[in-house]
Parts: sequence; structure tokens; C-alpha cells
Amino acid sequence: MTSQMFGAPVKRREDPRLVTGGGRYLDDLGHSALAAAFVRSPHAHARIVDIEVSDALDVDGLVGIWTHEDLPGRVGEPLPLLIPHPTLTHGRTQFALARDEVNYVGEAVVMVVARDRYVAEDVCQRIRVDYELLTPVVGIANARDGSALVHDDVPGNVACRMLQEVGDVDAAIAAAPHTLELDLDIERSACMPMEGKGVLARWDSDKGELRIFSSTQTSTGVRAAVAAKLDLPLAKVECIAPDVGGGFGVKINHPWPEEVLIPWAARLLDQEVKWTEDRREHFISSAHERGQLQQIRVGFDDDGRVLGLDVKFWHDNGAYTPYGIIVPIITSTQLLGPYKPGAYRCEFWSLYTNTVLVTPYRGAGRPQGCFAMERTMDAIADRLGLDRAEVRSRNFILPSEMPYDHGLLFQDGRPLKYDSGDFPASLAKLKALVGWDDFAAYREQAEAEGRRVGLGIGCYVEGTGVGPYEGGHIQIETSGRVNVSTGLTSQGQGHETSFAQIVAQELGVSIEDVFVTTGDTRRMPYAVGTFASRAAVMSGNAIALAARNVRAKALRIAADALEVSAEDLEIVDGDIRVKGAPGTHMTLGTVSVMSNPLRYAFDEAAKAATQFAGTADYSKPPVADDDEPGLEGKDFYSPTQATFANGMHAAIVETDPVTAEVKILRYCVIHDCGTMINPMIVEGQVHGGVAQGVGGALYERMVYDDSGQLLNASFMDFLMPYASEVPHIETDHLETPSPLNPLGIKGAGEAGCIPVTAVIASAISDAEGFAITSMPISPVELWELRQRHARGEIPSLRGTRHTPSAPVTSAPVTSAPSTPSREAP
Amino acid sequence: MKPAPFVHHAPRSVAEAVGVLAQVGPEGKVLAGGQSLIPILNMRLASPAHLVDINQVAGLADVVVTGTEVRIGALVRHAQLEHHDEAYAALPLLRQALVNVAHPVIRNRGTTVGSIAHADAAGEMPAVLALTEGVVEAVSAGGTREIAVADFFEGALETSLGADELVVGVRFRRFAEGTGTAFMERARRHGDYAMAGVAAAVRVEDGVVADARLSFVSVTDVPRTLDVTSAFAGQEPDAVDWSAAADLVAGAIEPDGDIHATAAYRAMLAAELSRLTLAAAAARSVALQQHLSDSEGPAA
Ligand SMILES: Cc1cc2nc3c(=O)[nH]c(=O)nc-3n(C[C@H](O)[C@H](O)[C@H](O)COP(=O)(O)OP(=O)(O)OC[C@H]3O[C@@H](n4cnc5c(N)ncnc54)[C@H](O)[C@@H]3O)c2cc1C
Repeated sequence: MTSQMFGAPVKRREDPRLVTGGGRYLDDLGHSALAAAFVRSPHAHARIVDIEVSDALDVDGLVGIWTHEDLPGRVGEPLPLLIPHPTLTHGRTQFALARDEVNYVGEAVVMVVARDRYVAEDVCQRIRVDYELLTPVVGIANARDGSALVHDDVPGNVACRMLQEVGDVDAAIAAAPHTLELDLDIERSACMPMEGKGVLARWDSDKGELRIFSSTQTSTGVRAAVAAKLDLPLAKVECIAPDVGGGFGVKINHPWPEEVLIPWAARLLDQEVKWTEDRREHFISSAHERGQLQQIRVGFDDDGRVLGLDVKFWHDNGAYTPYGIIVPIITSTQLLGPYKPGAYRCEFWSLYTNTVLVTPYRGAGRPQGCFAMERTMDAIADRLGLDRAEVRSRNFILPSEMPYDHGLLFQDGRPLKYDSGDFPASLAKLKALVGWDDFAAYREQAEAEGRRVGLGIGCYVEGTGVGPYEGGHIQIETSGRVNVSTGLTSQGQGHETSFAQIVAQELGVSIEDVFVTTGDTRRMPYAVGTFASRAAVMSGNAIALAARNVRAKALRIAADALEVSAEDLEIVDGDIRVKGAPGTHMTLGTVSVMSNPLRYAFDEAAKAATQFAGTADYSKPPVADDDEPGLEGKDFYSPTQATFANGMHAAIVETDPVTAEVKILRYCVIHDCGTMINPMIVEGQVHGGVAQGVGGALYERMVYDDSGQLLNASFMDFLMPYASEVPHIETDHLETPSPLNPLGIKGAGEAGCIPVTAVIASAISDAEGFAITSMPISPVELWELRQRHARGEIPSLRGTRHTPSAPVTSAPVTSAPSTPSREAP
Repeated sequence: MKPAPFVHHAPRSVAEAVGVLAQVGPEGKVLAGGQSLIPILNMRLASPAHLVDINQVAGLADVVVTGTEVRIGALVRHAQLEHHDEAYAALPLLRQALVNVAHPVIRNRGTTVGSIAHADAAGEMPAVLALTEGVVEAVSAGGTREIAVADFFEGALETSLGADELVVGVRFRRFAEGTGTAFMERARRHGDYAMAGVAAAVRVEDGVVADARLSFVSVTDVPRTLDVTSAFAGQEPDAVDWSAAADLVAGAIEPDGDIHATAAYRAMLAAELSRLTLAAAAARSVALQQHLSDSEGPAA
């Protein structure tokens, strides 16, 4: 069927394979490969004094042990700083193996290669590293204090200080009739993909070629980085991302130490070598994100309109900055959401700590920014006694103001200019979905039953589909099979389906005939990667453009053969036919045969094609000067700026009056990512994002002790929500097309998680009658806040709702919380 | 996260198993469902040189219900006991507690006896063994001994079991007729080890509370029974303030704080769950008494 493919909720074609064990992830490859394991630092900050390996040398099956001093040339130099920035004055990156200092628990110190991973770990256990302990810097407050330093040559632990200001904020706030100040705190979490990182390298000594398989979000990036490190011509290195079991950002940073070391060892040993990250390694030596302290000063008028917004925040970037300052830049720009403050200033400091490094995690700084802005909106509403949704709508950028230029520079170094969006319409839909106006009655009824409920809201705008570019390549075989490739990788988002839908639609072929390859540098050597909600926008449009090229070529050849004009042709189900005269037709497969004149009659398709070959014109070459053989098309998409998706979420929570446990009764999402290729996949992305957001709001945190030990480096103690903790998610869409690209689409990948922390904080505040300023929040923390509130240490909210009577602390006065229902209030 | 090398023994009988245990001494570890032991090995928190895998041992997978007890063999999986209707009828507390043990897939493999031998203070089934005043049956090359629950648990993850001993089964004592039970816990996520949990058994006789006992999960190092009858004795269940045992509970527990909850929060939970489980158990006892006066047989 070639009916409407674009926009249809087509079931994910990859799922039968993936859910029946047919996936091929990194660890499914290279069964005979040698295995690597690492001795990692047990200390957060220390000097390496001595490494003693003699006890390990007689372990049966050991192949090799390497420390930093064994690493030659560029392999032994610091890893690249991927995204330099003028304000990143003190960027630092780690060595693939620590040279003389370790800066976080988990930093790789020694690499061991052995017959298998068991033996490699046995060897690791027998290697002794002597350390001289240095003072660890843990936590943003300590880093900011600066009395102990992570890197001796980085004063104040400041990697970067950056300031952007639009308008005169001090004057605007000074002149404002009302001002407020907020101190906010948001903690670390992490991507935690189901599959950790992993690398497999094969060296072909006959050809001097390296093949790398990596569980990465950028195979072109890994390829280039490894070629540079190992001093190999790019032509001698290929990189393939096999099935990737999630990334959520952590696999966009590259090259990870292991991505350099494993290929290097494979070449040195002339044997296949593999490293599969285990869960503990993922906790202590991959990357985390989110940790920030924020200070906000806001001036606003009697209607709640923001006149001046002054934000300072301190961002924990961990021990090194390989991915630059992308995360805090995004926080500082995306913080504004759908609003237009009169004047805005944001100053941030990106600080080193002796903890795992910080690189983008789905949302990439936006959840923090959204938290800052939305907590501020709630505070303004409370101060003025206004409805929280109303205050937001009064600050909205209106559709008539699009495109809207904030006057700031975004993460791609280009203007922060919203392309489209209808925020009032989104809010109206959200209010209807959650029953905003009926909530007061619902609450009254709940409170009569001794239940405590609250309603929360959060809005965001997400810059998606950042450049620089992606490419698409399409080749139609003589069988009619359509091979599509893009260099951008997949991490499970359903690219085999959504990209195929685009091609089926553009070409007029059946989706069953379309086969998508992603992230294989042999098939498409030019690409950037999957991150920043960019796959659909960047690769999707590139593939659409490539499909249009192929289509034009196919029609040209067919028009020639059928002796009609190309405008009179249409393609239906892979068959090119004359509009209104379907009897005159030829298949795309036949055109493919004809497009390649060096043909032999090696199969039926070739034979069948001969009848259309026509008489040769001896004055022309078989392939015209301006043409190429084959039915192929290729194109690249490179936009001038990002597209801006948006969404608004609302939640109703119930808090247990005695135990302070929080239950999400309803979770509602309005989502606008422009034109949708596949609404089912978009909803899946939103659901997954909300689930991660719930984790960030109520469960997940990285618990470091003062010495820099991560106390919860396992799934037993790092509380990712189970299905049982994730509420049913009610979703409704708005489709405001982007004017910026041929398909009118915007990204959707990160959307779901962005406002959840803000929404849940808003809802709990509403239930409890005092402001929640630190997230995530656990029952014991809420329980302690109640006690502080009861002692008068935390002010009550005064605005929109009555303050509940003195909160219950330990005296049990009510019965068990009734089982929360999901019924609409 | 791969274990250090070990020798795997797969005995077919109890005699063979305890023979190996006697031989390898403290270097040996019994492997049952592996749901606690395997993670410990993989993280190299322990590296026993010998694993005595009892999964092939015959005769350890039975649940036997008698008039006074429910006996389970060492290979009875949590799930098997959870779904055992006769055991449930005899001692509803078993299922009431078991549904809180981890998740279904872990219950499919993990054994209830293993859970008791492991003696995790956060385990549900040690608390059930305590409240039922159960007995642990241990076999070694030297013979068989029965260990009363009070003599079995010695500390967190510590028991009086010798390195050469295999637990072949445990016996849960049934409560006096007409006793109602309840089990409740609070965990951060569904199926996690509880921040606090409480098992309660209450017997209402002649319209007044005759007996009330509690045992605790995660708030005591060693599971034991707390008799709280004195707080309610002689009172009519409808009129009882079930929080009246709060002082007794506070005196009996010794919660620790960790990254999931402070000691004070756990103490609050223990008090609150005590109140809720006592009320629920009493209500069941009342229902049971009514049921008994009509016919024979227990109700949940
Ligand atoms: C994710 C997860 C969550 C869990 N959550 C909970 C929970 O909420 N509550 C809970 O109670 N448990 C929980 N568990 C543990 C689970 O209940 C285990 O199954 C149980 O604790 C041990 O039983 P096992 O048969 O797996 O024992 P194993 O892991 O095989 O052994 C555990 C220990 O007991 C010893 N042992 C076992 N059997 C015998 C025997 N017959 N004689 C002598 N020694 C023996 C072993 O030598 C070992 O030291 C969880 C486990 C996991 C993986």
C-alpha cells in the first residue's frame, strides 16, 4: 500500500526483531574476541604513585597489561575537547588511561586484555595501584567555594563563566512593582541506557584496515576520532553502530577512553578485542547530568508579566569537559520556554568536581532551565494570588510574534529564534485535558475524604534538529528493493520505520520494499549523530530530498522509455504509470535496470527490460555526461537554524498525609513537534521521556559521599522507576508545522522528560501549601520539609489555595490513603 | 562484574551435599536460587572457592501442610509457596508477605529457605518465620538439628548456621484458630526491599482483643516477635486505638538510616504500619470468628 504513509501510526518494523531476541547489540558480536577490563580508580582525587602488576602476570589467559606510560603518541595524549567555546577558558579532558592523577572514582588507570572477561577481571584484582590521596571536591557548593581544587591550574574550579544579557535587567527589576528571589537546587541523574557502552575492534593486517563496532550515537565521530588518535587515514577506518540499546545522550560523547584503547590494542595484538561496559562501570565511568544550583531574581508587574529576569546558576560539570559547555548553554537559553521576559540576563559558572563527568542526558540542560522558569512562574502567581496558568499565558510569545528572536545565541552558535508554535492553543488543550478549571472542586472532595492532592503545570520550548547537517542516500535495486541509508545512528527510536515512511511516501513505493541502514560509515561517511532531537528533522529531511532526487530520475528515464512527459507520470506501489492510463507503465525495478546500461541479462528483471532498451543512439555515450549510472539519489539537509518544538504538561499528585509518599494520579501531555511522521512513535518517545522525567523528579539521584564515593552505583540503590512507578500518560497533540524544512517537522526525542521535574514540584507544592525548591524529592525529604514548615521555617504559599491545617508529622490521625484512582477529577 | 573462579558442585542428595560442605569447610557456599548469592559473587563481594549447588538435590521441593505447621523444603521457590492454596488457607500470612518479596521473576527462582538462610534484615520471610515462631531444620555430616527461630538469627546477614550445615527446610507454625494476620510495607519502588515493613497477628476472642503480636522488616537487625497484647487486651476491636502500641514498637525497633530513608522516617513508618496492620489483622480475626461460628475453615 502506498496510500498515506507519512503521518500514519505505522507499527515499528524493527520491533518484532528486537523483542524476539533478533537484535544484534555490541556484546552479541565478536564471540572469539579477546576481552578487556580496566582497573579503575577507587579514589575521587589522588596522585598515582606506583602501579604493581607482578602478582598478575602469571594468571592463565592474560594477554597484556597497559598503563599510561605504555601508550604511544596521540594515544597517550588527552582525549579531544569536542566542542570548544570562547568562554570555556579552562577546558580539561582526561587521558585514555590516567597519567599521574585521577579525578573521579572510576577513572581508568590500567587496561587488561585477556582470553575472556572473567580472566581479565581476575587480573585486575591482582594489580595494585598506590595512590597519594588529594582533597576531593564534591558537590557544587564545595566546588564554588574553591578552597580545594580539582585541577591545580584551574582557579576556583571554574571551567567557564558565561553571561548573556538582553535588555537592561537591573533597571527592569528596579523599576518593577514586585520582585521575588528563588534559590533552587536540582540533583544529578544519568542516562542509564539498558545497554551500556561497548567497543569491538578488528584489525585487518593484510589490508592495514580497522573496523570498529561501537555502541555509539555517532559512528562518523568515533571513526574520525580514532583515525586521528591512531594516525590512520580515514579511508582505512570504518565504524559501525550495531543495534544500540539506548543512549539518551551518554553515547554521543566520544571518543570514550575505551573507544581509543580497544582499537589500539586490536591493532597492536593483531587480534579482535572487545570491551563491554558493565553496569557498575556505567555508573562510575560514563557520564551523569542535571546537577545545578540556581539563583533567580525576577521583577514583574501587577498582572504577573515578567519585566526583568536575572538568573545565576552553578553547573556541576564533573571532572572533565570533553563535551564542552553544551549543557549549561542549553539551560541558559532554553530556560525562557514559551515566555518573553522584558529583559533577561543569565550568568553561569561551569564548575569542576571530583565526580563522573557530565555530558548531555536527554533534555540536556533543559529540565533544569524549565525548573527555574516554571518555579518562578508559580512563585509569581502565588505572590499575586493569580491562577498559575493565567500568569503563564500572560507571558506567552504569541503566534503572531513568530518567528521570535530572543536576541541570544543558542547551543549551535546561532540566534535563538523560534520558528513557530501556538502556545495559547497548547495551554487551552492542556487545561481541557487535565480539567484545570474543575480541579478546585475535585480537591475539595478529596480533602473531605482526608486526602491531599495537588495540581502542577510546566511548559517548555525545545530547540530541536540542530545542524550542521545530515545526509540521505537512496538506491533502488533492479528487484525494486529500496535501500536507504543515513549516517546518523539509531538508538532504538524507530528510524527503520519513520525513515521508511518518508521514503514510501515520497517515492510511491510500498513500505515493505524500503530498507533503512543507519550509522554505518561504509554506507554514508558524512554524518553527525543522533542527539538533540535531530534525527527526524535532519536525516528525515535529507532522506526526503534524496527520495525526491531519485523520483525525478526515475520519472525522467521512464518518460523517455514510455515516450510521455514526466509530468504525466505517477508512481503507485513501485509502479510508474501514466496518470489516467495505468496500462502504460513500468516498475521502478525496471527503471533501475535501464539506468545501468552496462547490463547483462543475469536475471529476469534484466531480460524483461531489454524490450524497452530502444535503439542505441551512436552519437551519445551510454551514460550521459551529466548523469550517473544506477537509480540512486543522495542529498544533504543543512538548515540555517534549529526548529523549536514545545509542550505543556500537567499532573495531579496525591501525597500521603502521614508517610509523605507521592503518587502521580494523572499525567497529561500536550505536545507540538510540528508535522508528525508517525504519531505512535512520537507518543512512544513522549512516554519514555516522561518515564525518565518521573525518575528525575521522584526517584533518581547520584548519591556521592564527602570523599567522592558514589554510594548507589547499582540498580538496587539507584532508583530508576519501574513500570509500576510510571503513571498512565494522557497525550494530545498540536501540529504547528515548522516553516524551516520541507517536511514541516520538529524534533520529539527529548520532549517528554523536560518539564516533569517542574510539573511534579508544582503539584507537590500545591498539595502541601509550601514551595518545593529542591528536586528530586523523596518521601523522607518531603516528610522533613513538612516538619520544617510546621516549625515555621518554610513559609506557606499564600495565593491560589488555602493552606492546609498544620501538617501531620508523625502523629497518625488519618486512615490509610485511599487507593488513588486515575479517573478524571 | 564477573565472579572469581570457583568449583561448582552439583550433588544429587542431601547426604552428598553435606559431604561436600564438610570437605570444603568455610570455603564453601550453598547455592539455591542464586538471587542473592550470584550478585554478591559477580560484584566480588565474596569469592567462595566452592559452590554447592543444591538445585539437583532430590526431595527438597515440597510444601507440606499439617494441622500445626506449614513445612517447606529448601528448594521451594517463593512463587511456589505464594501460589500454594493449601498453605495460604493454613497460614495466610505467607502469601500476604510473599507478594512483597521482590518481583515475580525473582520469586520464580529465589527460595524462601534461601531468603531465611541469607538472614537479610530487609527480608520479609525472616520476619514471618519470627512471627510464626518457626523452626529451621539443618543437616550436616554430623546429623540433623532443629533451630528455633530465636536461636537462628544472630545479626544482619548472620545466623547460627555452621559452614558445614545445609538447611533442608523450615517450618512455620500456624496461629491459633481465629487469628487474623496482615502484612504491609513501604518501599521506594514497588517490589524493592522495604524501608520498613510490619507483620501482625491479632486474635479477637469473645469480642475483645486476646492476643496481638508484631514482627518487623528493615527496622531491626534480627527479626523477632513483639507481643503488644498489653496495649489492647480486653478492648473491643471497633473501639481500639491501634496506635496505642506505638511506644512498645518504638522501644523494640532500632532502625538505621541509609540513602533511602532516615532512621526517624523508618521509625515513623514502623509505627504507622503497626497501626495499620494491627487494625487489618483484627478485622480479619473478627471476620474469621464470624465465619467460624457459621462453618469451618479460614478466611483471608
Ligand atoms: C532485584 C532483587 C530484589 C529482591 N528483593 C527482595 C525483597 O524485597 N525481599 C526479600 O526478602 N528478598 C529480595 N530479594 C532476594 C530474594 O528473595 C532471594 O531469592 C533470597 O533472598 C535468597 O534466596 P535464593 O534461593 O535466591 O538464595 P541464594 O542467593 O542462592 O543464597 C543466598 C544465601 O543463602 C545461603 N543459602 C541458600 N539456601 C541455603 C540452604 N538451603 N542452606 C544453607 N544456606 C543456604 C547461600 O549460601 C547464600 O549465602 C531480591 C533479589 C533481587 C535480585
